[in-house]
Amino acid sequence: MYVWIWRHLPGPLAARLAQVLLMVLIVAALLLFIVFPWIEPHLPINQVTVPGE
Amino acid sequence: MAHIAVTDPPGGGPPAKGPMAAGDRVRLVLRGVGQTLITLGLVVLLFVVYEVWITNIFAARAQSKVADALQHQWAGGKDPLLPLPGETDPTIPLGTGIGVLYLPRLGQDFHFTIVEGSVVPTDGELEKGPAHYRHTALPGEVGNFAIAGHRVGKGEPFLNIDKLRAGDSVIVETKTWWYVYKVKGSPAGSNPQNSKDPDGIPGREIVPASDGNVLLPVPDHPGEKATERLMTMTTCHPKFTASHRMIVYSTLVTKVPNTDLKMPASVRDLYQAVKG
Repeated sequence: MYVWIWRHLPGPLAARLAQVLLMVLIVAALLLFIVFPWIEPHLPINQVTVPGE
Repeated sequence: MAHIAVTDPPGGGPPAKGPMAAGDRVRLVLRGVGQTLITLGLVVLLFVVYEVWITNIFAARAQSKVADALQHQWAGGKDPLLPLPGETDPTIPLGTGIGVLYLPRLGQDFHFTIVEGSVVPTDGELEKGPAHYRHTALPGEVGNFAIAGHRVGKGEPFLNIDKLRAGDSVIVETKTWWYVYKVKGSPAGSNPQNSKDPDGIPGREIVPASDGNVLLPVPDHPGEKATERLMTMTTCHPKFTASHRMIVYSTLVTKVPNTDLKMPASVRDLYQAVKG
């Protein structure tokens, strides 16, 4: 997949590197700010309370 | 994923034509599996970054907002812990500040505004700061003032709560008083884990996640009537898991009037008492 993406990027090496960086940043941002906050409450981690009355 | 790269010859030249040799097919599948696993590994690493770093940024913002709101309220002469005129009990909006927690053992800059929580504090409340279990006592009252706080990420107020030793000060500032609790257990300075006071309550214990008895007016003693003014802190244990809870108990030893919303000298002296 990565090879395929790399081959289909237009432009010289520097332009391709810039595009890859941009894509990595977009994917990371999607994960950090949308996917993880959504998925986290469903994971059995970091629960700090005990049942109340 | 990598099956799209079916026609890649090694070296990334122009796509090869014609049927693929069996060896190429195996190499292709292996490459696809490898890339997928590496990608998943990176996603998991990124999740750790999110959990221990990004969530702290958002939580710090939320905490500073409730802290400012509480200081503003106090400066305006309003005490959220007092009942409104004509009522007998205070009605504190969920997720708003009620007091400030100081733990001298964890350093001069350790202070968190405690927010009012639900009967079981929610994720939203806990992200703002340590949250009070609504049905438990208020600061300084006879009974059990119980709060929950995150251990890892989300501001992680209770990350190092296991560093507290028997006799360490737990300070809660409200509009009217500075309450000074001491971590239970003896002798002072020792590991409070399961080190019980004469009343049978330890300084610290690890309990199953479902053990709500730690919130009782007399913790772990159902049906008993409270005589002490206790404070209980709950967080997760071990770090990153949901299986157990770490509980730290302290008992009120003194209170000092909060005259000008500044830490009185006698309370400040407690920071000197912390020995390495």
